[in-house]
Amino acid sequence: MTDLSSAAALAKSNAHMNAGTPLTPEWFESIAVNTSAANRRAASLGGRRTVKKEFQAAWLVRAITCIDLTTLAGDDTAGRVARLCAKARNPLRADIVKGLGLEDERITTGAVCVYPTMVGHAVKALRGSGVPVASVATGFPAGLTPLPQKLAEIRYAVEHGADEIDIVITREHILTGDWQAMYDEVSAMREACGHAHLKAILATGDLQTLRNVYKASMIAMQAGADFIKTSTGKESVNATLPVSLIMLRALRDYGRLSGQTVGFKPAGGLKTAKDAMLWLILMKEELGVRWMQPDLFRIGASSLLADIERQLEHYLTGRYSSLNRHAMA
Amino acid sequence: MTQQIKDILKSMDYGPAPESRDEAAKWLAAMPKTGFGHFIGGKFTTAKKDATFAVTNPASDEELARVALGSASDVDAAVKAATAAFPAWSGLGGHARARYLYAIARHIQKHSRFLAVLETMDNGKTIRETRDIDIPLVARHFYHHAGWAELLETDYEGYEPVGVCGQIIPWNFPLLMLAWKIAPALAAGNTVVLKPAEQTPLTAIAFAEICREIGLPDGVVNIVQGDGATGSAICKHPGIAKIAFTGSTDVGRIIREQTAGSGKKLSLELGGKSPFIVFADSDLDAAVEGVVDAIWFNQGEVCCAGSRVLVQEGVAELFFDKLKTRMNTLRVGDPLDKTMDVGAVVSHEQSDRIRALVETGETEGATLWQYEGAIPEKGSFCRPGFFTGSEPASTVSQEEIFGPVAVTMTFRTPDEAVEIANNTRYGLAASVWTENINLAVDVAARIKAGIVWINETNVFDAAAGFGGYRESGFGREGGREGLYEYLKADWEAGGKKRTDERFEPSGHTAADAQVVAIDGIDRTPKLYVGGKQARPDSGYSYAVTGKNGAVIGQAGLGNRKDIRNAVEAASKAAGWGASTGHNRAQILYYLGENLDARRAEFSNLLSLSTGVSAKAAADETERSIRRIFWYAAYADKFDGAVHATQSRHVTIAMNEPWGVMGIACPDEMPLLSLVSLTLPALAMGNRVVVVPSQRHPLLATNLYQVIDTSDVPGGVFNIVTGERDALAGTLAKHDGVDAVWYCGTADGSEMVEKASIGNLKATWTDKGIARDWRDAKIGQGREYLRRATQVKNIWLPYGE
Repeated sequence: MTDLSSAAALAKSNAHMNAGTPLTPEWFESIAVNTSAANRRAASLGGRRTVKKEFQAAWLVRAITCIDLTTLAGDDTAGRVARLCAKARNPLRADIVKGLGLEDERITTGAVCVYPTMVGHAVKALRGSGVPVASVATGFPAGLTPLPQKLAEIRYAVEHGADEIDIVITREHILTGDWQAMYDEVSAMREACGHAHLKAILATGDLQTLRNVYKASMIAMQAGADFIKTSTGKESVNATLPVSLIMLRALRDYGRLSGQTVGFKPAGGLKTAKDAMLWLILMKEELGVRWMQPDLFRIGASSLLADIERQLEHYLTGRYSSLNRHAMA
Repeated sequence: MTQQIKDILKSMDYGPAPESRDEAAKWLAAMPKTGFGHFIGGKFTTAKKDATFAVTNPASDEELARVALGSASDVDAAVKAATAAFPAWSGLGGHARARYLYAIARHIQKHSRFLAVLETMDNGKTIRETRDIDIPLVARHFYHHAGWAELLETDYEGYEPVGVCGQIIPWNFPLLMLAWKIAPALAAGNTVVLKPAEQTPLTAIAFAEICREIGLPDGVVNIVQGDGATGSAICKHPGIAKIAFTGSTDVGRIIREQTAGSGKKLSLELGGKSPFIVFADSDLDAAVEGVVDAIWFNQGEVCCAGSRVLVQEGVAELFFDKLKTRMNTLRVGDPLDKTMDVGAVVSHEQSDRIRALVETGETEGATLWQYEGAIPEKGSFCRPGFFTGSEPASTVSQEEIFGPVAVTMTFRTPDEAVEIANNTRYGLAASVWTENINLAVDVAARIKAGIVWINETNVFDAAAGFGGYRESGFGREGGREGLYEYLKADWEAGGKKRTDERFEPSGHTAADAQVVAIDGIDRTPKLYVGGKQARPDSGYSYAVTGKNGAVIGQAGLGNRKDIRNAVEAASKAAGWGASTGHNRAQILYYLGENLDARRAEFSNLLSLSTGVSAKAAADETERSIRRIFWYAAYADKFDGAVHATQSRHVTIAMNEPWGVMGIACPDEMPLLSLVSLTLPALAMGNRVVVVPSQRHPLLATNLYQVIDTSDVPGGVFNIVTGERDALAGTLAKHDGVDAVWYCGTADGSEMVEKASIGNLKATWTDKGIARDWRDAKIGQGREYLRRATQVKNIWLPYGE
């Protein structure tokens, strides 16, 4: 069991977890994914498992440590990013931290996630906190910028201090079945990342079918992605449980076949404490406790934290809380 | 704070999540001092202290309640109450009954959590399942059947309620089985006497309270608690018109025997050893979850559990590895904890039985893989598991374990998968996993089972029939097909008792008997087996007498070996059922055409043999030809249905032939009755072994010449002449015969029903009541087609 007290350190670990493999279509080309069965499994999960009382409080704290606290808006500024980073450093009010008995645990979010031009501001704001900075790149969210520009964008973000790069894949390659093109592109991006972790956004809402999701997951991992991530948050359908289930199964199969370890990040649509619990349950059921830690699990979210804070205050006081009682991100 | 949050952050355990038992505990505490009584005539009886039994919580072994043990006189009182309530209830009209059923459904929902908790405490199954599966399905069943009550008069014209129904239900889904029994019975206008299992009597009591709450008329629903002896008293009670039983195949046999000859309608939903077939191209992770839903659902105490997991050899190792990993993420423990997958089995008796069977499996050399986590020490918990290295010959592959342990086998090809799947006495359900629609539907069609799920398992809905093939019983529960179990064709109530049906053909011809001279050459009628004329095995013939006792010929005196040969020939002619309805129609039309060409000969023979006037004989021949045409017309038109079950599902109800049918014909109207009984069977794709009128067999022996010239494939239509009851008895006893229709005497009906227990074949006997075969409402109709088929429901979910 990895020690949680170094959660931030764990998240910021610089070693690539996944060395990748040559493109190996036989691992995914004839994959069978039964959509009805996946939906059924996903739908029954919330009925099969639940977490109550102090266990629920602990799980919610864990969810906070896995959040990539995100701002990806056209009006982001240095000031906005600084406010977000302050929240990432101290996601919970001090009295709540004390009430939970976690004064010694250095509870922070898993990372902050911003656009490349905001990386410098975030690095400055987070200095000394151990909280890594993640940057989206490669023509986020559509990913239809020419490859040289995509790679230059990655290098820019890394040069400005990003620890993690959330790239978007070219959906066209999956929709037209050009595995080699997708593999080559992600491989090139990974090289451009240098020591920074690569998180591959599959934009599953655009890929539509679960078979496509599985294939895209597998190619991204073969090309060396350290994380596979569901969505940009900008597609019409973002993270869903069935899609996440299939990505986790791909991740498990990849681990079995290659011996490598890859992390998972659902993003977009996780807004409530209950959502966070559901995804943590999914991680525990499909992959085990090891995948409930920030080096292998992140949640891309912006409003989720506020709901969790309220739930934790309710746990301590027995009163339902209100938003204005908690510092905004 | 019981556990430090920082410690939980390391373990990330689920922690306890108990469902409150307070309301159920309050209800139990309000139990009358001597225990819960029966519910008879709208009132609860007072339990007599020395005639009660204890009800325990199998998860904790604590005693929950005491419940009255029903005696024969309690049963009698309940039947009297139900009988008294029947005229008003059946006369109430569909809409009024629909209002009551609707109210029951609503009240089930209003009390849903209480019922779920009580069921969990009584049975040991998890609150997740009672809350999310059992109770919602109970409400759904009453809603659905409120609808049938509403539609009964228009959708079931020509049918009427049966009367008082005796219903005996098992302990694995106590309230759900009650709903499956009571909802259709009430919708159809019957009143009921229901006996819950002695292990799980409590939710039935809560249901009785709901009946009072909604003001259901007294006596419509009666609940008598008790054990096997109480159930036996119900089965034997002469005031009961129908028995519906769900439980073990062994008890089903006893009930079939007990009710034989009583005229009681019977439906049996019995055991199973259902195959769960995983093809190499399937979504293996989905199939692994399927196994969880198949054998670890409800602690494996499910009659349709996918307990024989068949995996294509090339993926078997990978599949079993995945299954082992998944098995160890199960949670086994306190069933009132909301995070548990597997609770307690119903009793220590049951867990001992499971353990003994599992030990046998290990002794016989199979390898047992078990859930490695902790299980509670108190209570009757069983470790989930599965066997590898089990073979079709292993005891555990053949016996129903009724616990959370599956056997696995491997196969190489689809043909082999089907062969192994069908290599069982049972035929309740099957589950087929493949992404290839061609393969899925092909295998579903070839498996002998009443329910086939594609890429899912244990999915239920009130709109689809549930019930088995073979020794898994007969009759369906749910859907349009299920309602027939609680109705009877209105003509079945009428009719006159036959007189003088006793007949003892002799192989010895009296010295002074002289065969009536028929112009021309002497003829030797034979049996007709496998498309060929066959001499009787006995080497004897018997004299056939006609008008005024004159001997008009001799017929072969068939015996058990002739029946054996005929069944053998019929078994081999399986292609008949697989051919198109159009094909069968053509051949049957041709049979009609050829009979028409020889109508004068048959009319003459009818007059000669039965003594009817030439006009009556000609009429019978004409009607026979018409009847052949009517069933030929239906050969491609007795359509199944697509049931409206769950979203993104096609649930196909297919009318499938039984297979080999034995048919014993009466003496009246020997040509028309033979045609009326055999043609529906043939049109639906059955092969038949017919025992024609024993007194007038020459009509049948002349008919085989017509059959010969009509391209009827060999083995499809077999004729064995001789003593009807002896031959019918052999047919009823033959395990290779799938259904028997018998027209003859009351004693013969009883004999056939008793003899059918070997393979629990479906029987349709006339109890010695003659039918007017000329009347197209009686001697012909869709009821015959329905009786010549069994419904297979194929569940096909879709969506990419």
